[in-house]
Amino acid sequence: MKLLTHNLLSSHVPGLRPGGGFPLRIEVREGKCEGRDPPETPPVPAPPSPLRGRGRLVEIPLLPFSLPPEPLPDYEANEEFLRRLHHVLLEVEVLEGSLQCPDSGRRFPISRGVPNMLLTEEEA
Amino acid sequence: MKKLKLKELESCLQQVDTFENPKLLLEQYPTRPHIAACMLYTIHNTFDDIENKTIADLGCGCGMLSIGSAMLGAGFCVGLDIDADALEIFNSNIEDFELTNVNMVQCDICSLSDSMSDTFDTVIMNPPFGTKHNKGIDMIFLKTALQMAKTAVYSLHKTSTRQHIEKKAAEWEVKMEVLAELRFDLPASYKFHKKKSVDIEVDFIRFSAKKVLN
Repeated sequence: MKLLTHNLLSSHVPGLRPGGGFPLRIEVREGKCEGRDPPETPPVPAPPSPLRGRGRLVEIPLLPFSLPPEPLPDYEANEEFLRRLHHVLLEVEVLEGSLQCPDSGRRFPISRGVPNMLLTEEEA
Repeated sequence: MKKLKLKELESCLQQVDTFENPKLLLEQYPTRPHIAACMLYTIHNTFDDIENKTIADLGCGCGMLSIGSAMLGAGFCVGLDIDADALEIFNSNIEDFELTNVNMVQCDICSLSDSMSDTFDTVIMNPPFGTKHNKGIDMIFLKTALQMAKTAVYSLHKTSTRQHIEKKAAEWEVKMEVLAELRFDLPASYKFHKKKSVDIEVDFIRFSAKKVLN
């Protein structure tokens, strides 16, 4: 699971406050990180969608550097920032671990890189 | 990026592994490589909705459409499916094809509702048709897809449901265009199929995502 995917996910435990269940806390047992340095040319421009509307960027233990908590005002023209963001969103992978709902504490397991967001019948 | 020809895409997609034991209740059957290749080729060449775009594949199964999109230069693809066994095969397909821009999420499309609004440029899917104890699931998929997509949704629906879909599209103020009428030869993958294969008529439809859904 790349962090871009993480950024799209939220928990669906019933009874959360509106807009709740986001962002999911990441617990990493095994991860991988391609190239410590941001690549020369990003193969894909970092899609702006995860920056919009959802607030803070994720803070993850795997990252070789930190990102500002909010996108910079001129981020679309700031190449250094875009490279870092690209690295964070598309080159860091969580292979084993879990995602924890910030409101209910429910853990969703990640196994072989695939997060399982299904609820049990009793929960749903 | 090197231009992939339709024939090349189709022959690549023939290497995609599909369901070992398809599940009747989930209406699992693979999108045939020929149909997948034609769909993706049209989406790419006529509408430019794949290259460098973020793409979601709802009910992705073993990932035929996601993998094809990635081959045509998608920026990032996410396949969503409820079934762990299908995703397992999808995972090994990704490894075999050495794709790095495809992710998977195990989740129930019917419970997503509007939690992923406007998160992808394009949604490409072959949803369950809702003929096996799950009536209406095709429309739940479609509505969810329209909420997720910023630009367009491409989907397959039984031709017999076209009028109903047109009515819904009008209600949601979404523009729809039937791009092709296909004949789907469903191979007899389930025991209840008495004939070797069953032809059903299917529409390949493009919806432009306009946002008045709720």
